[in-house]
Amino acid sequence: MTDRVLIADDEPNIVVSLSFMLKREGYEVLVAPDGTQALAMIRGERPRLVLLDAAMPGMSGFEVCEAVRADPELSGIRILMLTAKGRDTDIARGMGAGADAYVTKPFSTRDLIVRIREMLA
Amino acid sequence: MRRRDGPSAQVLLALCGAGFLLFNFPLLLIWDQPLTVLGLPLLPVALFVIWVGLIAALAWVSASRGGRGGKEPEKHEERDG
Amino acid sequence: MIQPGLVLAVSFGYLLLLVAVAAHGDRRADQGRSLIDSSFVYALSWAVYCSAWTYFGSVGRAASGGVWFLPIYLGPMLAMLLAWLVLRKMVRIARSYRITSIADFIASRYGKSPLLAALVTLITVVGILPYIALQLKAVSAGYEALTGGLGQSDAAWWRDGTLYMALSLAGFAVVFGTRHLDLSERHEGMVAAIAFESAVKLAAFLAVGVFVTYGLFGGMGDIWARAQAQPDIAGLLRLGGQGFEGFQGAQWFALTLLSMLSVLMLPRQFQVMVVECVNERHILRASWLFPAYLLLINIFVLPIAIGGMLIFGDGGAGAESYVLTLPLSQGAEWLALLAYLGGLSAATGMIIVETVAVSTMVCNDLVMPALLSSGRFARTGGDLTRVLLNIRRAAILLVLLLGYLYFRIAGEAYALVSIGLISFAAVAQFAPALLGGMYWRGATRAGALGGLLGGSLVWAYTLMLPSLARSGWIGAGFLDGPFGLAFLAPQHLFGLTGFDELTHSLFWSLMVNIGLYVGLSLRGRVSAREASQALLFVEVFQRGQAQPVFWRGRARLEDLRRLAGRFLGAARAEALFRDHARETGTALDSLTADARLVDRVERQIAGAIGTASARVMVESAAQEESLSLGDVLEIIDEASQVRTYARELEEATVELRAANEKLKSLDQLKDDFMSSVTHELRTPLTSIRALTELMLDTPDIQPQEREEFLNIILSESERLSRLVNQVLDLAKIESGMAEWHNTDVDMKALIVAALRSTAELFRERGAEVLADLPEQVPMVLADPDRLTQVLVNLLSNAAKFVPEGRGRVEVALRHRGDELVVTVRDNGPGVAPEDQAAVFDKFRQGGEAGNRPPGTGLGLPISRQIVVNLGGRMWLDSQPGQGACFAFSLPLRSKGGSDDG
Repeated sequence: MTDRVLIADDEPNIVVSLSFMLKREGYEVLVAPDGTQALAMIRGERPRLVLLDAAMPGMSGFEVCEAVRADPELSGIRILMLTAKGRDTDIARGMGAGADAYVTKPFSTRDLIVRIREMLA
Repeated sequence: MRRRDGPSAQVLLALCGAGFLLFNFPLLLIWDQPLTVLGLPLLPVALFVIWVGLIAALAWVSASRGGRGGKEPEKHEERDG
Repeated sequence: MIQPGLVLAVSFGYLLLLVAVAAHGDRRADQGRSLIDSSFVYALSWAVYCSAWTYFGSVGRAASGGVWFLPIYLGPMLAMLLAWLVLRKMVRIARSYRITSIADFIASRYGKSPLLAALVTLITVVGILPYIALQLKAVSAGYEALTGGLGQSDAAWWRDGTLYMALSLAGFAVVFGTRHLDLSERHEGMVAAIAFESAVKLAAFLAVGVFVTYGLFGGMGDIWARAQAQPDIAGLLRLGGQGFEGFQGAQWFALTLLSMLSVLMLPRQFQVMVVECVNERHILRASWLFPAYLLLINIFVLPIAIGGMLIFGDGGAGAESYVLTLPLSQGAEWLALLAYLGGLSAATGMIIVETVAVSTMVCNDLVMPALLSSGRFARTGGDLTRVLLNIRRAAILLVLLLGYLYFRIAGEAYALVSIGLISFAAVAQFAPALLGGMYWRGATRAGALGGLLGGSLVWAYTLMLPSLARSGWIGAGFLDGPFGLAFLAPQHLFGLTGFDELTHSLFWSLMVNIGLYVGLSLRGRVSAREASQALLFVEVFQRGQAQPVFWRGRARLEDLRRLAGRFLGAARAEALFRDHARETGTALDSLTADARLVDRVERQIAGAIGTASARVMVESAAQEESLSLGDVLEIIDEASQVRTYARELEEATVELRAANEKLKSLDQLKDDFMSSVTHELRTPLTSIRALTELMLDTPDIQPQEREEFLNIILSESERLSRLVNQVLDLAKIESGMAEWHNTDVDMKALIVAALRSTAELFRERGAEVLADLPEQVPMVLADPDRLTQVLVNLLSNAAKFVPEGRGRVEVALRHRGDELVVTVRDNGPGVAPEDQAAVFDKFRQGGEAGNRPPGTGLGLPISRQIVVNLGGRMWLDSQPGQGACFAFSLPLRSKGGSDDG
């Protein structure tokens, strides 16, 4: 069976590149343009992995992450945070929120896909 | 500049110079007379009086912290914390 | 006569009382409620100046020379007039650089020279032994006078009571001076005991004075009246009788000068005045309390001397013990006992402080260098505090035993006063190097060494050796000149006659001393370390916290820790590093062994083992770069700059605090801005990189996908360059670096041009544009390109937000009062009231992110900056759901840009 991956990012061009990459690898791709919709899709669709942008309007990636971790039903979901702010405090915050991995933009798709494979293995 | 927190150097140097003159040759000869003050020999009396005078002057200068019009400044605190 | 047992019991009891006082003083110090933190106690401790020499010797001197006993106390009076200037500087220097003795002081000033420290120590020990012997002699003579015991000094040494007295005094000094395991320089308990002793000796002497003057006689006038009947006594109260001549004037002057210097240079005076100073503010009051004490203790000297001569009729032969024998002869035994206690106080006070001071010098400046140069000691890593303490204890014992030896050998042959003056003349040799070093930056180590060596050799030749010759230890022929060379006769060098021996010696020794000191200093070149120490001493008041650190090199924290632990003990070393970490705001384990820390460790160690030895130890523990004179000047330069800044900072503290608050928020803004810029840069970069990689890694990509990707890459690149341009633009405007080409501008024409250039944009969005422009408006002074930038930004903003296909934008120009107002109204979604304040902030873009039109979020901030720079303002009127109206105004008599081009 194919693993389901949710992309939550407000930048359409990044979504384009990520979904192309994931589809090429054979994953089923879901897309959410903001935090609120992302959380709804996580609850509804139960993707195995979420690529979560940290800075989204409405509900930020951190808040989504915290909400997921606070919900025992969603415990199996893996979260990879993406952020364009490379400050240490942001990384610390992301880890504090319960993300499994943290990747700063701009990222290399080659490295990213390796990490995704590991996380889904 | 530093806050003036003591008697001025000029005043002290002047006092010291005056003391040196008063205590030494040749001004000393002025007191070296066969006279008595209140029945006491002039020379030792004069020396002790000058001495008292210098102590009083020094005490006054020290107390007024730098001379005339010197009001008691607030307690000096080291800034070094 | 008094029973020996009673005298011994009372003496012993008194010493125990002193120990109790000292213990109390130490306890209070430990509790932080210092007993000696008072100018009164401080002044009383200075009165250690009045030793047994004063107590017994003054009367003796007065009985033979009349008022000639006085110059020894007038000198200190003159010195005290300058105490606030000179002594305070000494205290400040000693405190700043942890200096614990006069040898340390001089050595530290001249480049931390071990040789100089050893020389000063040697001179002190040799010079001070007669003085200690004098105290022993006085106490034992007093004991004999009191008990009527026969002179015992001809007995075998193990039966000599004076020896046991010397030993018990040594034990006493050990208890006071080296009680603490940590080698703190200050001894609060000892000072408390010394002050107590000063009070006792003053009270006892005054009691005897009152007893003699008003008990045995009818007051001072009565004594004088009776003395007049005896011409030899009456003559005492004149200067040298009839013929007071120039040479006697010189002698008087010499005595005054000598005591003026000695009151600062004697080891015990340096100890109580400088080392034990709790607070330099105390100097102010102590400097007149101390001369007042001297005056009080001298008031009854003449009456007692003359009274004694009248009563005993012995022409002053036993005058040195009149203080005891006068009460005793009248049956006032308890008063005699009290007087004895006073004398004991005077002697023990002097001995304790002097030996403690000298033992510190011997330990730090003679023993330590020897031990350090023997490699074994330097290599052992253990805690050395106990070793050091034992060295000091041994030194105290040794000094007292040497003093006793001198007493056995030469003590009997001399009057107290002549012994004391020999010591005075010895320590006076320190004056040029010490005082000169505090005020003259050009003084050098060579000068100090030469001066001290020359001066003390002349002193020994003209004063010390003749005194030995007189007591028969050297052939008496020596006094007529060695080898029969009359011009070398020690008391009449080069045929200089007329002076007494003291003045003669003082003249020659100080002349040689000062001559060599100045001459060698002027000739010689200074080393870098001398230059730096000179500066630290001479300018000690000019530096606050910003002291330059004259040290360069590398050190390991571990080595410093070990070094400090060895000489300070583990606890104090730990505290040192903790304090340093706290003051520099670093964590204890991330301290770096920088120059400041090395300097700090060196100073702390210097407090324990002296500056010269501390220098050697630090040198061995670190890899140092030797400083050149140029480096020193450079460091001084930096430090003076720092100092200037520090002063300015101090003056502007209040303003700065306010400014700091402002800066903090600005800093926060800048931080946010940088964070936003980073974010805005990374987002397009991410797309570009990701898509490029994907295309490279997917050779079989569909052509339409490839085209889509390439288009995205292109637009994201454009977005990037736009962003970069705008960030630079904004930065230029904000920093005032932008160029402004202001001319007279027709606003109406500009608006028309801007509408023309954005027409295509509106057409694409299907929006209509209405322009409401008056026939004619006054010209404004402005940069037309910049204004066009503002207009295009407002128009394209409006185009972005109007609803697709039914957009409507109204542009209006109005002449209101003395300004022109431009408004751009759209029928878009508008801006919520809570967001209105933020629209002009950088990177605050309107609209939902997903469907946000492309833009950098910098357009409005830049527009507003431009308008503000042209002297106008920009604002927003908006009701949500009813569109937004951006407006700006420009003054007609515009002040123009900040930087007219």
